[in-house]
Amino acid sequence: MTREEIIRPENKVYARPELLTDNVTHYCPGCSHGVVHKIIAELLAEMNVADKTIGIAPVGCAVFAYNYIDVDWIEAAHGRAPAVATAASRLNPDSLVFTYQGDGDLSAIGTAETIHACNRGENIAIIFINNAIYGMTGGQMAPTTLLGMKTATTPYGRTAELNGYPLAITNLLAQLDGTCYVTRQAVHTAAAVRKTKAAIKKAFQNSMAKKGTSVIEIVSTCNSGWKMTPAQSNDWMAEHMFEKYPLGDLKNE
Amino acid sequence: MTIDGQRCKGCDLCVVACPTDVLLLQPKEVNDRGYHYAFAANPEACIGCAACATVCPDACIEVYRVVDRGE
Repeated sequence: MTREEIIRPENKVYARPELLTDNVTHYCPGCSHGVVHKIIAELLAEMNVADKTIGIAPVGCAVFAYNYIDVDWIEAAHGRAPAVATAASRLNPDSLVFTYQGDGDLSAIGTAETIHACNRGENIAIIFINNAIYGMTGGQMAPTTLLGMKTATTPYGRTAELNGYPLAITNLLAQLDGTCYVTRQAVHTAAAVRKTKAAIKKAFQNSMAKKGTSVIEIVSTCNSGWKMTPAQSNDWMAEHMFEKYPLGDLKNE
Repeated sequence: MTIDGQRCKGCDLCVVACPTDVLLLQPKEVNDRGYHYAFAANPEACIGCAACATVCPDACIEVYRVVDRGE
């Protein structure tokens, strides 16, 4: 069988999602953001909700998410995505509203908005990309940075005496009555990508069914900030990050 | 499979993810953006599992699979 006989539309098992635009992403090679964008684009098309979806973009590397996924987006002020999502979902109760935030946005400047939106049980899905560093601004320490981890602002490694402890904010959110589904996933292997896709699908379904707030933390890599190759950073993440941020469901009601 | 070599950023994740060592990065050639893009060095070994396409952050891999029913 020749290559031309195999490459036919009826044999296609994996295609680029139609909701992704033709723009080449500005993300660094190997960045987890691209994989998560792809999962969201696939899911919105599969669930047939693209025309009633409102995404809330954060400040951080994913600030240009609206350039890459062809649905309606609102760009929120830094950390305020859950507050904007609250308004969007209350004013458009039939819409699927999700926020897409990094650890600097969600667990540093936006802590108050995040906790109160989750505590109110807003019908939104929060997708939280945790790469333990401020990627966009040049690799400074984030609240989620691991102890001992070297960053631009902790060149000798983070210490508990000087910088405090890493913040596992997803564990806090799981304690709140307003959240219905809190989970922690990753996208470093094909199997993990499929699990993450199932988790985001469940979150979108919860949001459409008005069950409360769903939070999906995705433990991610920032190979530029961590000063590693993409493959090395995936290994480093599996070895070190999962110890502090173990994968799995924290709450599933 | 097909790879959009112009969109590829040469991150190497597909090469690592492939269970049958089909893919490699171009050792010398680069695309218009200056990246050593991925290519199918050993296409006969491909089993169509789509692991490469699943982990690709830039969605530049499409996978085709034919089921051989022995006809």
